Amino acid sequence: MSILVNSETLVICQGITGKAGAFHVANCIDYGTKFVGGVSPGKGGTRSEHDLPVFDTCHDAVIATGADASVIFVPAPFAADAAMEAADAGISLVILITEGVPTLDMVRARKYLDDKGTLLIGPNCPGVITPGECKIGIMPGYIHKKAEEGSKNVGIISRSGTLTYEAVWQCSTRGIGQSTCVGIGGDPVKGLNYNELLAMYEEDPATDAIVLIGEIGGTDEEHAADFIKHHVTKPVVSFIAGQTAPPGKRMGHAGAIISGGEGTAASKIEAFNKADVTVAASPADIGAEVANVLGI
Amino acid sequence: MKVHEYQARELLEECGAPVPPSKVVETVDQALSAYDEIGQMVVVKAQVFAGGRGKAGFVKLCNNRDEVKTAAEFMLGNRMVSKQTGPEGIAVKKLLIASAVDIESEYYVAVVLDRTKRCPVVMVSREGGVEIEEVAEKNPDAIVKQWLDPHLGLVNFQAARLVSALGLKEKSQVKSATKVLRALVDVFYKYDCALAEINPLVLTRGGDILAIDAKMNFDDNATFRHKRLQEMFDPSEENPAELRAKEHDLTYIALDGNIGCLVNGAGLAMSTMDIIKLHGGEPANFLDVGGSVTKEGAIEAFRIILSDEKVRGVLVNIFGGIAKCDTIAEALIAAANEIGFKIPVVVRLEGTNVERARELLKEANIDALIPADDLTDAAKKACAQVA
Repeated sequence: MSILVNSETLVICQGITGKAGAFHVANCIDYGTKFVGGVSPGKGGTRSEHDLPVFDTCHDAVIATGADASVIFVPAPFAADAAMEAADAGISLVILITEGVPTLDMVRARKYLDDKGTLLIGPNCPGVITPGECKIGIMPGYIHKKAEEGSKNVGIISRSGTLTYEAVWQCSTRGIGQSTCVGIGGDPVKGLNYNELLAMYEEDPATDAIVLIGEIGGTDEEHAADFIKHHVTKPVVSFIAGQTAPPGKRMGHAGAIISGGEGTAASKIEAFNKADVTVAASPADIGAEVANVLGI
Repeated sequence: MKVHEYQARELLEECGAPVPPSKVVETVDQALSAYDEIGQMVVVKAQVFAGGRGKAGFVKLCNNRDEVKTAAEFMLGNRMVSKQTGPEGIAVKKLLIASAVDIESEYYVAVVLDRTKRCPVVMVSREGGVEIEEVAEKNPDAIVKQWLDPHLGLVNFQAARLVSALGLKEKSQVKSATKVLRALVDVFYKYDCALAEINPLVLTRGGDILAIDAKMNFDDNATFRHKRLQEMFDPSEENPAELRAKEHDLTYIALDGNIGCLVNGAGLAMSTMDIIKLHGGEPANFLDVGGSVTKEGAIEAFRIILSDEKVRGVLVNIFGGIAKCDTIAEALIAAANEIGFKIPVVVRLEGTNVERARELLKEANIDALIPADDLTDAAKKACAQVA
């Protein structure tokens, strides 16, 4: 089992003929993901370098392929529009990889997707992977370990890309498999957030523990702590990046900024401690803490 | 992106908010002729991004020509030092000369993005002229909020509730305050603001509503579609190393420590700073080379880190995903040859093409290079090198 995506998920790519789109779709196909087509306005009727059918619109692609999910690589000025097009075409899960999408575009797009009942991951995120079954995104596949029946597995949620790889690697090298890993992205306004995913992992039989990697900025981690206290019975391990970041500076991610005393690492760690979440003191200890809560 | 107070006032005025007459000047002579034009009582305000201007003596109420001259000479001739500038202070190039007003009451009005509710929120308070964070902490009930529908903007009833919360009843004042709120919301949407704030908005003794000071931050992701904002950009207010990094698609933030950091990914870059501190060291910077980093970009990153005189050692932490370890290794070797490493460079590589990268570094045999096995090992070695 897993959450969001599995070996049955049919995927299209918006922006499949672009450099980034083409490169990452090739990697995902190598990993075993079932890609069924792509969208590139003006190039409908042709085939991509992966020999997949290319369509002018998302609607054409969905009708022809029956796709469930779409991964978006289109440039930032057009990314929110692409997400709305996917939702209107009937896609149920949109993974928006693009970095640098204007916040007000995301405010409007998120509302539109909510109205359509479409789930969104991102923007500015590595994507989602169910190891051994389906990889939709830019993460290196080989660092992950498939969740095996009879062994203990972890689900990972993170606002960061490479820090997630770090946590995944620490788990994999200890023999801990991952049910599903979701990079929710580093932007202030995004799709699926901690709480929705925590609820999914809580219900997922393949997930024995949850890793939640947060960072400074906003109050999402505080809300997650409250949610965990009331709705999550599985052990949760966390790490908060940016404990040493100065206030008022945007630390790479648009959402990673301490402003007006809000969004500090200290506040998030305190909230997690109160919710009995194990907070790793060092980013190097995430895997060890997971092994610990799983009794490995 | 930030703009100066006078630029924020310009945008507000264009959207229909009343502001007192003012002029922007760059010399003492210009300041005097602006005084002659505006007259009687003026406020001279240094145009810098940093706060704490009042306490530093860089906002002055002047009652005559001589006082304007003294104030302008002082502000243009001295560096402003405040809590926010650091001890070296900043040079002042522009002054705003604004007509002073008799203040009856001061208010706070702002539009900001509410991340949790995922929409803009208008906030008003009768406690204007002070830091809103202070009000939020001591008397949160004094702040009244209305959340905006992304399509409808500020609806009439919301404006009415906000104006009523300010305690304004007189018809012309209600009308004028509503106009200010609409202007602020318009600016927020029109220019993709992250924050649009008027503090204080004042009611004068004469019964007029005027925006006295305005502050705006803009969404960096959206400046590409605002030519107006691009023209307002003032590079002299930015850290030169941070600007240089941006030109090469690197994200660099200067800090106070002595261990330079070169990392891929914002989260990992922050974590690298954290783990350095955990092992007793102090990071000199945040530097994210990004996913699509080239060899040239990475060499530039080394140049930027090494140009900081405080740096006594460097920690390279790469978890290759999209960014490839061998690209970083090639850049490291090139940087060693072109710039030369006079200080130790601790290197931790993992992920995509790591084997190839290790071979390259072994062949290159760089003296200053210290390999590390994992994150903890890397942090300990870097801290030991600068201790």
